[in-house]
Amino acid sequence: MAREATPQELVQIRPRLSTLLHKAQQEQGRRFWRSLEELCETPEFIEYLQREFPHGASEWHDPVGRRRFLKLMGASLALAGLSGCVYQPQEKIVPYIRQPEEIVPGKPLFFATAMPFAGEAIGLLVRSNEGRPTKIEGNPQHPGSLGATDLWAQASILQLYDPDRSRTLLYLGDISSWSAFLGAVRTAMVNQGGKQGAGLRLLTETVISPTLADQIKALLQKYPAAKWHQYEPVTRDNVRLGAQMAFGQPVNAIYRFDQAARVVALDADFLFRGPGHLRYARDFANRRRVVADQKDMNRLYVAESSPTVTGSIADHRLPVKPSEIEALARAIAAGVGVGNVAAPTGEALAKYGSWIDAVVRDLDQHRGASIVVVGDEQPPVVHALGHAINAALGNVGRTVFYTDPVEANPVVQTESLRELVADMEAGRVEMLVILGGNPVYTAPADIPFRTALERVPLRIHLGLYRDETADLCHWHVPEAHYLESWSDARAYDGTVSIVQPLIAPLYQGKTAHEILAVLNDQPDRTSYDVVREYWQRQAGAADFERWWRRALHDGVVPDTAFTARTLSARTDFAAAPPTSTSAQGLEIVFRPDPSIYDGRFANLGWLQELPKPLTKLTWDNVIYLSPRTAERLGLDRVVGSRGGEVWSEIVELRFEGRTVRGPAYLVPGHPDDCVTVFMGYGRERAGRVGNKIGYNASAIRTTGAMWAGAGAELRRTGEAYQLASTQLHFLMEGRDLVRATILEEYMRNPEVVHERGHEPPEDLSLYPQYQYDGYRWAMAIDVSACIGCNACVVACQAENNIPVVGKEQVARSREMHWLRVDTYYEGDPENPTAYFQPIPCQQCEKAPCEVVCPVNATVHSAEGLNDMVYNRCVGTRYCSNNCPYKVRRFNYLLYQDWETPTYKMMRNPEVTIRSRGVMEKCTYCVQRIQAAKIEAEKDGRRVRDGEVLTACQAVCPTEAIVFGDLNDPNSRVAKLKAEKRNFSLLGELNTRPRTSYLAALRNPNPELKGA
Amino acid sequence: MSTITPERQQTLTGADYPVIAPGHNFITVTEKIANIVLARRTPFGWLVGAAITFMMVMMLLYTIGYLVLTGVGIWGNNIPVAWAFDIINFVWWIGIGHAGTLISAILLLFRQDWRTSINRAAEAMTLFAVACAGLFPLLHVGRPWLAYWLFPYPNTMGMWPQFRSPLMWDVFAVSTYGTVSLLFWYTGLIPDLATMRDQARHPLVKKIYGVLAMGWRGSARHWHRYETVYLILAGLSTPLVLSVHTIVSFDFAVSLIPGWHTTIFPPYFVAGAIYSGFAMVLTLLIPIRKFYGLEDLITLRHMHQMAKVMLATGLIVAYGYLMEAFIGWYASGYEWFMMRNRALGPYAWAYWMLILCNIVIPQLLWSKRIRENMILLFLISIVVNTGMWLERFVIIVTSLYRDFLPSSWGMYAPRLWDFTMFFGTIGFFLFLMFIFIRLLPMISIFEVRTLLPQAKVRTEPEGATAHD
Repeated sequence: MAREATPQELVQIRPRLSTLLHKAQQEQGRRFWRSLEELCETPEFIEYLQREFPHGASEWHDPVGRRRFLKLMGASLALAGLSGCVYQPQEKIVPYIRQPEEIVPGKPLFFATAMPFAGEAIGLLVRSNEGRPTKIEGNPQHPGSLGATDLWAQASILQLYDPDRSRTLLYLGDISSWSAFLGAVRTAMVNQGGKQGAGLRLLTETVISPTLADQIKALLQKYPAAKWHQYEPVTRDNVRLGAQMAFGQPVNAIYRFDQAARVVALDADFLFRGPGHLRYARDFANRRRVVADQKDMNRLYVAESSPTVTGSIADHRLPVKPSEIEALARAIAAGVGVGNVAAPTGEALAKYGSWIDAVVRDLDQHRGASIVVVGDEQPPVVHALGHAINAALGNVGRTVFYTDPVEANPVVQTESLRELVADMEAGRVEMLVILGGNPVYTAPADIPFRTALERVPLRIHLGLYRDETADLCHWHVPEAHYLESWSDARAYDGTVSIVQPLIAPLYQGKTAHEILAVLNDQPDRTSYDVVREYWQRQAGAADFERWWRRALHDGVVPDTAFTARTLSARTDFAAAPPTSTSAQGLEIVFRPDPSIYDGRFANLGWLQELPKPLTKLTWDNVIYLSPRTAERLGLDRVVGSRGGEVWSEIVELRFEGRTVRGPAYLVPGHPDDCVTVFMGYGRERAGRVGNKIGYNASAIRTTGAMWAGAGAELRRTGEAYQLASTQLHFLMEGRDLVRATILEEYMRNPEVVHERGHEPPEDLSLYPQYQYDGYRWAMAIDVSACIGCNACVVACQAENNIPVVGKEQVARSREMHWLRVDTYYEGDPENPTAYFQPIPCQQCEKAPCEVVCPVNATVHSAEGLNDMVYNRCVGTRYCSNNCPYKVRRFNYLLYQDWETPTYKMMRNPEVTIRSRGVMEKCTYCVQRIQAAKIEAEKDGRRVRDGEVLTACQAVCPTEAIVFGDLNDPNSRVAKLKAEKRNFSLLGELNTRPRTSYLAALRNPNPELKGA
Repeated sequence: MSTITPERQQTLTGADYPVIAPGHNFITVTEKIANIVLARRTPFGWLVGAAITFMMVMMLLYTIGYLVLTGVGIWGNNIPVAWAFDIINFVWWIGIGHAGTLISAILLLFRQDWRTSINRAAEAMTLFAVACAGLFPLLHVGRPWLAYWLFPYPNTMGMWPQFRSPLMWDVFAVSTYGTVSLLFWYTGLIPDLATMRDQARHPLVKKIYGVLAMGWRGSARHWHRYETVYLILAGLSTPLVLSVHTIVSFDFAVSLIPGWHTTIFPPYFVAGAIYSGFAMVLTLLIPIRKFYGLEDLITLRHMHQMAKVMLATGLIVAYGYLMEAFIGWYASGYEWFMMRNRALGPYAWAYWMLILCNIVIPQLLWSKRIRENMILLFLISIVVNTGMWLERFVIIVTSLYRDFLPSSWGMYAPRLWDFTMFFGTIGFFLFLMFIFIRLLPMISIFEVRTLLPQAKVRTEPEGATAHD
């Protein structure tokens, strides 16, 4: 009876359905599935699925048709109901380490996969509860993660479930079907076949997937006249050009910060973003962690044109204008003896003279154990100088390694885009396939991509959202999220990870592999087939199944890391005269937004509401100014916090004849006469969350000034604008909140941390002491290691189902983050020292919140946690008033989204969804503690140290957060608490917090005292 | 204590104004007071006032409805300032209630005969103020439908409230206070309800007052029992005057927030409560007395006395402010920061307004001429009420908004719904007052009668005792 469906037919059914079908076919003997399958397989049903509601509605007039319509409608509803629980991808995916014998309901599984983003893949372990991915963790075996993730990886789970993601295939804005799309493409490709693909253009983002590159190569072989272009707004063109300059070929630089005693960062935010940042942050922090068995620290010098987290934790930070960086690099290069480089003269650098001298001397003393790292945004010559300096210092081969590029095909992307637009304008492009990316929004203002696009007769767009680009294309194909896709991607060092899906595409998404398969006239090939086939070719046939399972299981493909290459940096480029800058007007710096990046994450509420490092602003991008420049422009009095609100003035920023209007904001430590603008905002079609907020920096960004330029003008408009910030005061008011000292001082007298502190004796309380016989959970946070990257805040939000409240509520101080990263400035506002202090619930032993709750809704556990009993809470808010750390968050309104179905799938089933009127706060991830305890009890042992990782701890790239059992004297946390650097925040209040901090240590160069 | 004879009292109080104007007898007093209630025609002014306040009650009900359906987020409260108008208003209303109890209980025990003409109205004010106050703790919680969990009742969850929490103590203190005040007020009403029953002509009205009078016939046994109960209740109420606001002050004093964690709070709160209570009595009685022509019964003597109580309690409160500042300086650190921030920070206007309203302006009451000028006295009473509201604002908001960690500092700004809730309760309070004036004798008829010379004639040969 039941005829086997041919693959072609299967492809034509919605993927959700095909998943079901496949699943159903495998699950023999379940009659229920059988009968559904029968239903699905009738030709009428397949036809129905492809047709649209209006067609169905027309059948109301036909009695026979109507009956069938109702019948089918019922079947499809039945399917929809069922499919909620079985969104498993159809191919076999391999669970990670903790694999139960079978899927046990309520027991999560972990799968290894990888997130390809910003030119590298980050290896992940994704938790799956009953087939729903719910939380992202780093893959400890992955070299680019080592268990950590960044905020974007954390938030990508929200993107998977974003209800605003594009859900259907569109043709001219109307819902269409995959088969119609296939037909259209086939016709076009046949047409192109005749002319070698001369009219075919492919536009992708940076491709780091070997399989995709292989597919594109195959396509280009078949259609030799077709062209492949790459563009993404946060492009690493300058890195490529710099390598070209220094080595004559594109290379990938890998740094070993664990080997470097001295690091000089030239406008490089290497701890926060860019390939390898997680690994670099880990290695860097490990060289900085002064504990019992490590007494030395590395030293970081940062010269930067816009304040970053990397600059904030530097031992010496120098705010410089972007135009001065080249001269700075030349001066250092000349100092360390790079040939062909003359130390630049001129008054501009005179003021940095002592700084440069000290840096040069310090580097000179640490030859072979230092790194000069140049920011991706710097002009090519600075990169080349960086390579030359590292070579001159003998760092290459010790702390700096060169390999083949991670990108499959390194091109200068702005040139590539310009070329494409020229072709489009000339009418040479007949068919443009845009695979990912949103060039209509992100293209530089001087490349008229939008107008050129309209001249292309056939435009196809594959994207996660129906965004600005999708709107201008004929065909829009919803893209499968990486958690729904089969693919592969390279890490910063070349290591390949297979991207395996955690869930079948929620919205009929297709991958780039599938689109390319269609272009290659293989429409029946799924991305699984493509990726697997590619690796079968690479790995050889012998025992491939084993190899494949291993690769999926581990999350890394063995032996794919690039080997280091020996290259010698040329220095002839340096003979060219330094780039002259006509310092007219303000200099302008373009940067990706620290939360929503280039705009691709604009619709993610978690990231929009994430307080940006340093400013703590949410829901907006602003124009950074230094306080002195603001004073000069008369803005210093109108911008800042007024009352409880942060107000700013809208300014008109004019650059190369184009203007944007955005709120100005004063940032201490920003170089004078310079503004920073952030990309990613001003989206027209991001979705309900991200639409129409902020200004669009791409509107004034040009190919000549992708990252920095001179000659900007700022005009006041007098228009007031409200911003939402989660922190209004950045000074410690003389209080001992973040204790900080310098290494030298600490080594001389470790008690220096406690000199001002006063902690009352333990028995000073009216209430009896608690006895902790079992576990004593505690946390130690190393302020010295915290780089303020915010990954922990997003991780906490994802793990604990924390709602997003919106800009208006943030402005009213009602944000819900359980964990916040406090930022304090110290010293000169021109160039202050910044400290980051993550504040979760301190889990006080003498908790002020517990005694004042009238209904026992917050109680002390036998293990020392302050447990919050949501269903007992009536919401008097007394606990929050009495909390000196103000870590409690109150659901003033119904903040949680109870309606959106996809969010229901996303949530962590182990954590209660709080309703309105209830207080909530950090629980030390009590659900993870309980899970570990259950496991330990089954084995009849104690929970091992490191077995419980809180969400914030797990994600932290620098391992600044350590959690464990204080009753175990050998636990990491107990050892850290024994450190002299350990202090309790507000310990003088006798709250006896279980969370303690390790004082911040800086390692300044004695030569640069006071600098 | 030696018995205070009327003569002695006259000399003690400077023999100024009598507590009751000359020329009254039992009948005139009874009719004067009872006719306000029993008059067929409702005065136009009453109708206007009741209509306005009724609309305010509707506004309150609307606000409450919206509040319960939407959440306390409709107010301006936020995270450093999790309590704001809700608790300010609660404390303010509770404080206002204190004057009534003080007048009826403590002044009764001290045999202050001037209390008799004002105690009824003051007690009614107490009850209504407690009713308004009670709304706030009930509605300010996140889930008001579960607010009953604050009461210790046997339940299947096997849960008790948390007895260490001052909010828990509040529940007991306020509910006891409300109950005792109601009993006290009602007991004092019984003889007058009987008078009303006897005076009323309409059978239905007669019936209603008759039921409420609980069969009072004025027999000697009735009077004996009445006096005993009344004294016992007065004895019970007296500690409550001190304890209720002491416990309310514990909400703050027990916590560790600078500005709250202060041992001076209990006496200072009690004095403040009496201060604001007397101000509210004046605010209500000055217009009522004028409107209903009750100057004969509520004389300038009463006004003087109340103004003097205000002056005295106001000075205690001023001492409290001074000590707060001194201890802040003495303690240094967070406390001193809080004090300076209060006086010089963004909410300094509230602090200095408070000093002006509660300390500076009331010093005018030293002048007899001002105490006798009803318009000025009325204005000063309003000023003191405002000042006492500001005091709670200063204590609650300016302590919370900048506590220990500067990173979590925030500001507070009330929203529309904070005001509708606050003015709604004022409307509710006034509306209840209007109803009370119209339906019940607002001055204790039988007690005022004891002040009449008539009442003393018979006792003269035996030696004067006021009333036993």
